[in-house]
Amino acid sequence: MTETRAPVRGQAADVGTVHAVSGPVVTARGLPAARLYNVVLVGHARLPGEVIRLDAGDAVVQVYEDTAGLAVGEPVADTGEQLQVELGPGLLGSIFDGIQRPLTTLARRADDPVGEPMIERGASAPSLDRSRAWLFEPDVAEGDEVSAGDVLGTVQETGALGHRVLVPPGVAGAVTRVARGQVRVDEPVVWIGAEPLTLLSRWPVRLRRPIARRLALDQPLVTGQRAIDSLFPIARGGAATIPGGFGTGKTVLEQSLAKWSHADVIVYVACGERGNELTEMLDEFPTLTDPRTGSPLLERTVIIANTSNMPVAAREASIYTGITIAEYFRDQGRDVAVLADSTSRWGEALREVSSRLEEMPAEEGYPAYLSTRLAEFYERAGAVACLGGGERTGSVSIVGAVSPAGGDFSEPITQHSLRLAGTFWGLDTNLARRRHFPAIDWNRSYTLYDLDAWFDDEVAPDWHAQRAWVLQLLQQESSLLEIVQLLGADSLAPAERVVLETGRLLREDFLQQSAFDDVDAYCALPKQHQMLRVVHAAHDAMAAAVARDVPVETLAAAPVLREPARMRSWPDAEVAGNADALVERIRHDLEEL
Amino acid sequence: MTTAKGDTTLLTVEHETVSYVAGPLLVAGQMTGVGYDELVEVVSDGRVRRGRVLALEGDRAVVQVLDGTTGLSLPGTRVRTRGEVARVAVGDDLVGRILDGSGTPMDGGPPLRAVEYRDVNGAPINPVARNHPSEFIETGVSAIDGLNTLVRGQKLPIFSGFGLPAAELAAQIASDAAVPAAAEDAFVVVFAAMGVTQREAAFFRSTFAGSAALERTVLFLNTAEDPAVERLLTPRAALTVAEHLAFDRGRHVLVVLTDITNYCEALRELSAAREEIPGRRGYPGYMYTDLASLFERAGRIRGRAGSVTQLMILSMPDDDITHPIPDLTGYITEGQIVLSRELDRRGISPPIDVLPSLSRLMNAGIGAGKTREDHRAVADQLYAALARGRDLRRLVSIVGEAALSETERRYLAFADSFEQTLVNQGATRRTIEQTLELAWTLLRDLPPDDLKRIDPALVERYAGPGATVDPPTA
Ligand SMILES: Nc1ncnc2c1ncn2[C@@H]1O[C@H](COP(=O)(O)OP(=O)(O)O)[C@@H](O)[C@H]1O
Ligand SMILES: [Mg+2]
Repeated sequence: MTETRAPVRGQAADVGTVHAVSGPVVTARGLPAARLYNVVLVGHARLPGEVIRLDAGDAVVQVYEDTAGLAVGEPVADTGEQLQVELGPGLLGSIFDGIQRPLTTLARRADDPVGEPMIERGASAPSLDRSRAWLFEPDVAEGDEVSAGDVLGTVQETGALGHRVLVPPGVAGAVTRVARGQVRVDEPVVWIGAEPLTLLSRWPVRLRRPIARRLALDQPLVTGQRAIDSLFPIARGGAATIPGGFGTGKTVLEQSLAKWSHADVIVYVACGERGNELTEMLDEFPTLTDPRTGSPLLERTVIIANTSNMPVAAREASIYTGITIAEYFRDQGRDVAVLADSTSRWGEALREVSSRLEEMPAEEGYPAYLSTRLAEFYERAGAVACLGGGERTGSVSIVGAVSPAGGDFSEPITQHSLRLAGTFWGLDTNLARRRHFPAIDWNRSYTLYDLDAWFDDEVAPDWHAQRAWVLQLLQQESSLLEIVQLLGADSLAPAERVVLETGRLLREDFLQQSAFDDVDAYCALPKQHQMLRVVHAAHDAMAAAVARDVPVETLAAAPVLREPARMRSWPDAEVAGNADALVERIRHDLEEL
Repeated sequence: MTTAKGDTTLLTVEHETVSYVAGPLLVAGQMTGVGYDELVEVVSDGRVRRGRVLALEGDRAVVQVLDGTTGLSLPGTRVRTRGEVARVAVGDDLVGRILDGSGTPMDGGPPLRAVEYRDVNGAPINPVARNHPSEFIETGVSAIDGLNTLVRGQKLPIFSGFGLPAAELAAQIASDAAVPAAAEDAFVVVFAAMGVTQREAAFFRSTFAGSAALERTVLFLNTAEDPAVERLLTPRAALTVAEHLAFDRGRHVLVVLTDITNYCEALRELSAAREEIPGRRGYPGYMYTDLASLFERAGRIRGRAGSVTQLMILSMPDDDITHPIPDLTGYITEGQIVLSRELDRRGISPPIDVLPSLSRLMNAGIGAGKTREDHRAVADQLYAALARGRDLRRLVSIVGEAALSETERRYLAFADSFEQTLVNQGATRRTIEQTLELAWTLLRDLPPDDLKRIDPALVERYAGPGATVDPPTA
């Protein structure tokens, strides 16, 4: 664990000149003191960029903006700083680009909130609003000894979330002065020794923030998605990967997770995808309330948006910006979910820059360090004991969508992600085409997290048994379907055809879950359990009936077996009663046959 | 080529040291002061060709020559820089004009009266400023309106195969999409043809630039004989014009881009000439980003009246939807309409295969108050039933129809009548009401208890009293 603090500002800025330009990659000369990953400002337009290679006298820079018009000989100024994010109150509910420029601020012109609808080159604004004042309530007094991670005080950032102001990593000592009341983010609130601390702190995005220690991953991140929670759950602090061809439902699933996951903070990284998808979130999230806190969903969400038409190098930075913000909330003792859509676009940005550097490509043109970079990202997930007093724990869970070329999962980003993530939700094009959503392929997907114990304790003692039954039944169904494809359903024994009928109930009435249905978009765990109990009972009743030689056709046509289709619209309060009654009716009606 | 207004002669500098010419590329030395991506003029034997700066290193510039390099010689060629990126004239005056692939009039008409000359690359729309597209466009095509609804500001490609009637479908949509617009003159088609054959060009000219249609059309024409690299400019010029008409002039613009495959071939050709490391099947690794820089220019902007809707025609090489061109396109666009060779062979017109087709913005554009309350559920049910019917069709080809149950036979019949009636509408235009009514007619032939995707109250309302009675099963 790196016990570093954010590097301090550099000395007097060096200025070199542009020597070469190739798309987003610029070579600068005359910057002998430049350090790797320093931020430089390129050209008269002062386009921000990052030094990604030092080669003899050349500093190679990836520029975060369109370089059109940039000429050889224009100045390149070294800021002496690494690429950092601003951390503090005001993050929640905001939307930033890949290098944390505030998009709402950039769109504003005078009184018109969208007077500047296009992102013009060289536009800049501070990430966090400098004019807004926050009520700071200190938890420390003069003379207290504090060290990194200790809580200095709280700002009620949103209705639901108290923003804990922490001693930054690397700082320790006695509190010499404390301010209270309304403060702006860049005003000092607490002095440690002679050092004033503000609500705002900075952290370099490529460096993970320090923790006390890692914790075991033994609790699920509950998502309200049946195919996930009941079959392939993700651990809080774990990582999941969602590969899927276009139109298979990656974005809808990521957005559902953003809406319904049991997390305190959501960091949504829209990396190289569509602008309209963000607009949709920005329209919808303020109108939805988090059922667990009653506050608008947007208030727990930070959006990092670098859409496909925004500069490609900033897309590369966007996932680091997102994960650093997530770690910052984690350090306050929060459960954070980072939803990245899509990591493939990040990988492609890496590939594009690498190819401009004329690096030797490995698989499919990606640089050889692709897997290392991906690992560095996924390894920043975890459940942790936070630095500082007070026994805080927090977590960062990562769910990364992958967009494999041609929908073929053998490509490098899918394969590397599979090695790194503990949960794999593979989306299947055929399921999506027949509008089975979420199109999670139950035959290929898996979870490596063992969370059965938690579900047994918290939801129902037979949770694990039911889960095992479902997985086994679906497995059996798909082998039987292969036979049917060759020989027709007639070739199967009645008991086997009961498996097929049960499989149909599972798929249509349990696994399918519309993200756009007001009731069904989120399914509570007890409801998931009851729904499965009904399907299981239907299976047992059908098995008993065929044992009495009732024809499978008669069973399949039984009206009572259409009723499970309506389970999804049961209100939570009525679930247990409805399930008992339906199980009873199924047993009764099928016995009559 | 239209150049910037005002006096740029002060910026004009000539350089005489061309050191390399091959394919579409030229390398020039002593190029101080020229900017990346700027436009240059390549002068040889009194002829002026246009070029674009692709890379700079020291005083050397790699230039892509838009008009071809045939006949250039090293000593006789000079490169003139103007300190300008590529620009195109925009303004109402362009409506009704036929322009070449970079925006110069080729219809013998008067010079353009441009409001402004704009950078063809545009600038990314801030997602905060976007207005989510949600206005239903009635195309009159059931397979689209009913199952893959198009909305204003959407980008929706037609995945076609060589010889399939994609152009006809696009033309049909373009002529019908105007109808529900508030005011007739609010609607404009900006048509960009890239690398089309003479035959295709003639079809587009007669469809989009026939006497009546021309009044609301801007036609950009880059044909197969025109330089391939100019194709990279054509859609950008067209979209720049479209953005102006939509966001400054309040018009609803339908941009038709054809053929994306030709565009991508040009991209690959240029990439190969630069000896770049190729991505999948020789296409450059940045093709996704490049296509996105075109397609993301569709949309609506808060507080502005107009819209840019994009309809692109894309011929899938080998009818292969996993080919990089349709694949990357599908990852960017808001769905796709897929044409099927099999349906076309069976005489179904338009041959739209709805299963692989998708409109991602459908949900925002349909429902009560927009189309009809039952629209979503009906579409879901049609999809589910068609998928089942198609599976059975495959099965029947192996085990024979005798092995099917009565219910299964009904699904098989459903798939057939779905294709024969709902999809196969020929040139007739259907309102959304007619499409949904037709859908219910088909659904009535399924076991009523199987309509799991539709709220029973809606089934009651739309399927009529007779349909709630389960027909006798064998
Ligand atoms: N859970 C879901 N419920 C209902 N429809 C869905 C669901 N997931 C996906 N869809 C449908 O599939 C379409 C494509 O999904 P999307 O998430 O945009 O795909 P991807 O991001 O994989 O390209 C959506 O527009 C929607 O119509
Ligand atoms: Mg997506």
